[in-house]
Amino acid sequence: MPIIEIKNLSFSYNKQKILEGINLNVEERDFLAIIGPNGGGKSTLLKLILGINPIQEGSIKTFGERPQKNLSKIGYVPQNTNVNTDFPIKVIEVVLMGHIGTKRPLFGYAKEEKMCALGALAQVGMEKFANEKIGSLSGGQRQRVMIARALCAHPKILILDEPTASIDIEGQKQIYKLLQELNQNITIIVVSHDISVIMKYATKIAHVNKRLTHHHLNSQNSLKHQCDHFCEVEMFNQFKGEIS
Amino acid sequence: MIELLSYDFIQNALIAGLLVSMASGIIGSLIVVNRMVFLAGGIAHTAYGGIGTAVFLGLPIFLGASVFAVIAALIIAAITLKHRERMDTFIGLMWAVGMAIGVVLIDLTPGYQADFMSYLFGSILAVSQSDIYFMATLLAIIGFIVTFWYRDILAVSYDSEYANLRGINVGFFYTLILTLSALTIVVAIKVVGLILVIALLTIPVYIAERLSTTLYGMMLLSALFSSIFTLIGLWFSYRFDIASGASIILVSAFSLFLFLLINRLRLV
Repeated sequence: MPIIEIKNLSFSYNKQKILEGINLNVEERDFLAIIGPNGGGKSTLLKLILGINPIQEGSIKTFGERPQKNLSKIGYVPQNTNVNTDFPIKVIEVVLMGHIGTKRPLFGYAKEEKMCALGALAQVGMEKFANEKIGSLSGGQRQRVMIARALCAHPKILILDEPTASIDIEGQKQIYKLLQELNQNITIIVVSHDISVIMKYATKIAHVNKRLTHHHLNSQNSLKHQCDHFCEVEMFNQFKGEIS
Repeated sequence: MIELLSYDFIQNALIAGLLVSMASGIIGSLIVVNRMVFLAGGIAHTAYGGIGTAVFLGLPIFLGASVFAVIAALIIAAITLKHRERMDTFIGLMWAVGMAIGVVLIDLTPGYQADFMSYLFGSILAVSQSDIYFMATLLAIIGFIVTFWYRDILAVSYDSEYANLRGINVGFFYTLILTLSALTIVVAIKVVGLILVIALLTIPVYIAERLSTTLYGMMLLSALFSSIFTLIGLWFSYRFDIASGASIILVSAFSLFLFLLINRLRLV
């Protein structure tokens, strides 16, 4: 059974169709990349899966139920992690925000929560920075912390919105390597522009531009071996060939 | 100096100054990290409409100002949650209309000669016993709420989108922060006046932010700085016979200048 099942989903905003007739199944331990132009509806689709936007037409089921029921099984890493860098908050406190459904003490944090947060930080290789101010980290390090925050709730699915948008190339690689490791136990969904990077790691690609087009990556393997890096145009040509 | 402290109104002024400093240190921290400084300015000026209304109807000033300020806070919260992109326009509008209502109603009050300036620039020497009770109660309420809901307030302030996703009622906490800000602004008007209240809510807070690694630490540090600046400002005010509000703000601003200077020198 797919853990995310989207059928005939449409969504409009101000009478304008943003998404139309979307069908998508995500299986356990998929590494799905959602690509597409700006304004094509990628973020809207994420918000529908996360239960932030109401469903207007069609249906979404996560783990066989409506999205609002299973929020704690989905970890989310939001797009921009470079805002509010002056905010006086320690790395560990950011991670502790990820806790949900645990019994909370009257004030402060429970010991188990702290242990769990440190564990999540260790998973992304950031445990040394637990007591640093979040603003003192680099963009890539901060993104790891956000991933740790999402991992804190032990999600079955991890959804990332443009995780490498403002990170240098080396940092991007590390993030994707990390996601690949996590993918051994967790389903990963990434919205991204870095098509050439994501090709190396994703197992499925969905192109969203109002409508959704599937691409199974196995057929592209030949292309992968040709060269390490190729431009988006080449790839789109390849996809076009596949559709027609 | 000692005999000075034996005067009731001086004692009241000191107690009021400290209570307001602590409240504005805590709430100012929330205002600054939530980027609500302009909102707080809007609330402060709208509150003048409440002062005018209270004078006109013969009600206690604190009551009138509080009701007006809280209503302003609720309206601002509703606007920011629904039409964020038009927020500045609406706040500017409330800012001006609130002031205008206050001015007109005070003009219309027969025989009322109260010092307009005292609301604009504070009148800490005129603090009464009941004012102090009001301030102490407010500080206790703020302390309780901030301690009890610290994690939710932290999450909403740091990353409201994520907080929403984790099932925290962002709208409620946002409104709560604005309402507490409104009440804090009302008591701070008594000490530094509505024109200078923004400085009290931002200058000590800014220094504290730079020195803190947690929001809690920032609140405590702001409260401490604010208290020190207020005491020094009051002393200058007494010593040179100048307006207390302006004196407190100038002490704060000078401290900020020193802080930035030292920071710069250390970097070199």
